[in-house]
Amino acid sequence: MTTKDIVYIALFAALTAALGLMPPIHFAGAALPPITAQSLGVMLAGAVLGAKRGGFALLLFIALVAVGLPLLSGGRGGFGVLLGTSGGFLLAWPFCAALIGYLIENDSAAGPVKTGVYVALGGIALMYAAGIPWMAFIGKLGLGKSLSIMVAYVPGDLVKVVLATLIARGLRRAYPNL
Amino acid sequence: MLDLYSPGTSVLHRLSPGVKMLSMALGATLLFLNQSLLITAAATLGILALYPVARLPLTKAAAQLRPLLVIFALFFAVQWYFESLTLAAYVVLRLAALILLASLVTLTTRSSDMIDTMTRGLRHLKPLGVHPEKVSLAISLALRFIPVLAQITTEVREAQKVRGLERSVIAVAMPMAIRAIKIADDISDAIDSRGYRS
Repeated sequence: MTTKDIVYIALFAALTAALGLMPPIHFAGAALPPITAQSLGVMLAGAVLGAKRGGFALLLFIALVAVGLPLLSGGRGGFGVLLGTSGGFLLAWPFCAALIGYLIENDSAAGPVKTGVYVALGGIALMYAAGIPWMAFIGKLGLGKSLSIMVAYVPGDLVKVVLATLIARGLRRAYPNL
Repeated sequence: MLDLYSPGTSVLHRLSPGVKMLSMALGATLLFLNQSLLITAAATLGILALYPVARLPLTKAAAQLRPLLVIFALFFAVQWYFESLTLAAYVVLRLAALILLASLVTLTTRSSDMIDTMTRGLRHLKPLGVHPEKVSLAISLALRFIPVLAQITTEVREAQKVRGLERSVIAVAMPMAIRAIKIADDISDAIDSRGYRS
């Protein structure tokens, strides 16, 4: 791994943290956790850096959260959040970024729609596949009920997929050999 | 950088970070293996009793749980409605115990000490191709990048405001990302030109 790779990994870990500073969107009052921009960092890291560096960037981010830095949106952090109800989503982030990167690396000629599908596979499908069973396990809820809670987040995540795809493609055009 | 650490000199503050993290992992596993409400309630009280040991006020413990009150209420209601009051109490208490235990580690341990412990632990992974010094470099760079990125965002947003584009996400995100990559390139050149061997 070159110095440049290490710097990019650090940059996208920091980017995910910086996205947490953006004000979260509260829907349904205070009944459910808000939509935040942070999973955009996951999608961007995978789509821009590729599987290996993208995965490491999010691994670094999660490690920094684990040691108690308040980097999650709303200034949350520490082991408590990672073990809590949404822990499955957070712990899946490195794998989501890696999957997005892997899919895009293996299809460098993909158009915008196909890239968007890849981003959605890692950023929505895999993330929910990890987060929903975790929530069901922690809360002894059963998959059906956990799934119905998460439906509220799908529209926001689709917006993020579109944004991540546009930004990643623009960046690739500006820096072809990232 | 600001962390969630709460300064002190108690026994729990002085315990080594590795011991604390391992006990937390053990405690969390035990909480999930146990199925009895009585034991879970006892464990919650036991963990709560550790807060005064760490000389942390109980209001601090309450503050850890406050952001989760809504989700606690939701879980409690769903379990009570579909299952039973016992299960509802068990699930919420177990979750509370878990959060209180994990927060206790976070509150009594400096982030820098935990980072040191983790990078020291990584040395044992050297045969697998892990370079602890690269990990340390990545950690310190990431911590430095966060305020830099916040600064770039403000600058780009102001520049686009002049053009009436401050509400367009792409018009802000795109120049921001390009500037960030450019800074990253400059930094990696600077590191290499100072003879850092990776």
